[in-house]
Amino acid sequence: MSEWLENHLPKVVLAPSFIAVLIFVYGFIGWTAWVSLTRSKLLPKYEIHGFIQYERLFDSPRWDTAINNLYIFGALFIVIAMVLGLLLAILLDQKIRVEGAIRTIYLYPMALSMIVTGTAWKWILNPGLGIESMVQGWGFPNFEFDWLVNPDYAIYTIVLAAIWQSSGFVMALFLAGLRSVDGEIIKAAQVDGIPTWRIYTAIIIPSMAPIFLSAFIVLAHLAIKSFDLVIALTGGGPGYATDLPATYMYAMAFSRGDIGQAASSAMIMMLVVFAIVVPYLYSELRAKND
Amino acid sequence: MKRFAFATVSTLAVVAGSSVVAEPQAEVLHWWTSGGEAKSVAVLQEEFASNGGTWTDMPVAGGGGDAAMTALRARVLAGNAPTAVQLKGPAIQEWYEEGVLADISSVAEAEGWAEVLPASIAGHMMCEGTWCAAPVNVHRIDWIWANADILAANDIEMPSTWEEFNAAAEKLQAAGVIPLAHGGQSWQDATVFEAVALGLGGPEFYQKALVDLDPEALTSDTMIQVFDQMRTMRGYVDENFSGRDWNLATAMVMNGEAAFQIMGDWAKGEFLAAGKKPGEDFLCASTPGDGYLYNVDSFAMFEVEGDDNRAGQELLAKLIVAPNFQEVFNLNKGSIPARTDVALDAFDICAKISAEDMGSTSAGGSLLPSYAHGMALRGSQAGAITDVVTAHFNSDMSSADAVQQLADAVANSY
Repeated sequence: MSEWLENHLPKVVLAPSFIAVLIFVYGFIGWTAWVSLTRSKLLPKYEIHGFIQYERLFDSPRWDTAINNLYIFGALFIVIAMVLGLLLAILLDQKIRVEGAIRTIYLYPMALSMIVTGTAWKWILNPGLGIESMVQGWGFPNFEFDWLVNPDYAIYTIVLAAIWQSSGFVMALFLAGLRSVDGEIIKAAQVDGIPTWRIYTAIIIPSMAPIFLSAFIVLAHLAIKSFDLVIALTGGGPGYATDLPATYMYAMAFSRGDIGQAASSAMIMMLVVFAIVVPYLYSELRAKND
Repeated sequence: MKRFAFATVSTLAVVAGSSVVAEPQAEVLHWWTSGGEAKSVAVLQEEFASNGGTWTDMPVAGGGGDAAMTALRARVLAGNAPTAVQLKGPAIQEWYEEGVLADISSVAEAEGWAEVLPASIAGHMMCEGTWCAAPVNVHRIDWIWANADILAANDIEMPSTWEEFNAAAEKLQAAGVIPLAHGGQSWQDATVFEAVALGLGGPEFYQKALVDLDPEALTSDTMIQVFDQMRTMRGYVDENFSGRDWNLATAMVMNGEAAFQIMGDWAKGEFLAAGKKPGEDFLCASTPGDGYLYNVDSFAMFEVEGDDNRAGQELLAKLIVAPNFQEVFNLNKGSIPARTDVALDAFDICAKISAEDMGSTSAGGSLLPSYAHGMALRGSQAGAITDVVTAHFNSDMSSADAVQQLADAVANSY
């Protein structure tokens, strides 16, 4: 008995979560895929109607806006958060005083929920309450900063708030990466008289490639499933100018009773995630097999 | 032993109780959870209890009913629907088509609902000829609220045409007052839009375009004019309006920052709560043009099992439409009774105007359901229209483009 237990304990312990994942993740992905092929409205129906929901989805200007916003938001958010995070990490890595305190300060925004971040930035960016009215109050009546209420720029306010929230976290990731680079190599380079910036660009940063990949994956999935920040900051507005796929899906499923449409948009979101995650998994697995 | 005996006796008592007289039971799903609304529901609860019923409250707050609808969906899929659910407009029919609503015609006929409810409102309460829901109140949507002092100071009358409104707005703007208090949320954009559509196009156009979704009406020149007027009104709103809640816009009118607001009669509740007097501090009038847009809250009755539950359902339906509850509830909520034979002595001047107009428009056939508040259309169609309205209002889209998009969006929403 005890021998059997010894051999099978890992499987026994893992079985419940394995079954749960099988049902609640893969099972419901399958269910959503099925529903996305039906004409479900208020309640799910199971009669297949082909790709009608996907046709409706791609005919919808609001979905176009949501997908475009995802590209703008995703690209800017990932690139800027990574560049900023790396820069902060390098600056913090200069053996400065009170590094611990500064690191904590930069990391703190991550401790806030996106709802809090969104609400705080909503007030900061509101033209009548925040930066614009403050600077105008200082005696610059022509100062304008109305991104939040301008449909062409509102999406950038979401980028701004998301970067504020996440770049500290990226910094922590990179700082750990910087610290893991072998000190001997750096000392050797310094002895050879190589300038510091060359040490970073030619030695340290290339050796941190895996950290870049991790940071990218974390930020990319944050971007794709972004929902609470939009709801708190702009509510998807002005109009639907800052809709993202996740807010589109929510509106269809819960406000409009259009479950088929919500399911098809959820499937597209999942495909986007797959397009990013699958190459990552592939490269990881290949690296392990080598 | 003693405990066992007690348990046996009480079990027997319960069994006996339920088999002899079916004590009315009702589980009620609603989202009236904020101050005045919660008070209004409590009135119904008390009445239900004093008639010997047991009320199980199931309030689900949040999202303007979205959260409650999600809860309802889960309950219905689990085969365990509540007795009565706060539902309105075409959503009642949508649930009826899922085959889960009960028939309460016996109560309705015994109480003579057909004689006391306006015909178009009674229509919402019926599912293929049988009664399946009970109306609670009537909110009017096409109201325009104004700050009396600002209007007097600028020598402006309440506008009776949209040209007059525009002229008044220009005058106010020149005087440094924000003409229109508005919150840039899509449902508020839609509220203004439907008031303009009714005013400029008239009841027949409104019926064709926003109730029947006739493609010709949706792309007509009248619709282009409606969008032109929306563009004009965009100029009368302060630049800070995006995302503002409706009650903050009402506060702007109250505080004299802005002159007008177009909003349903729940705005009156804000004025009254701030101690303002109708006719003195603030003015109410229907938006320019003929017709009346209503938003009727109601309780849909779901199919339930057991005599006690059915008895509860019937008692609830009877009490909801009874004159006493209609009066007390609507005094609390700021709306007017759905039945036309309730004495209005206790109501304020705005409610009296509303009730009078409801009677006259019902006779003239211009008592129409509000599209922006989910009375005229199903969720996906109404949402498709709102998307275009709010996109147009918040960008520099031309009216011709908007009309084209409107027709496409409606065609794409089925």
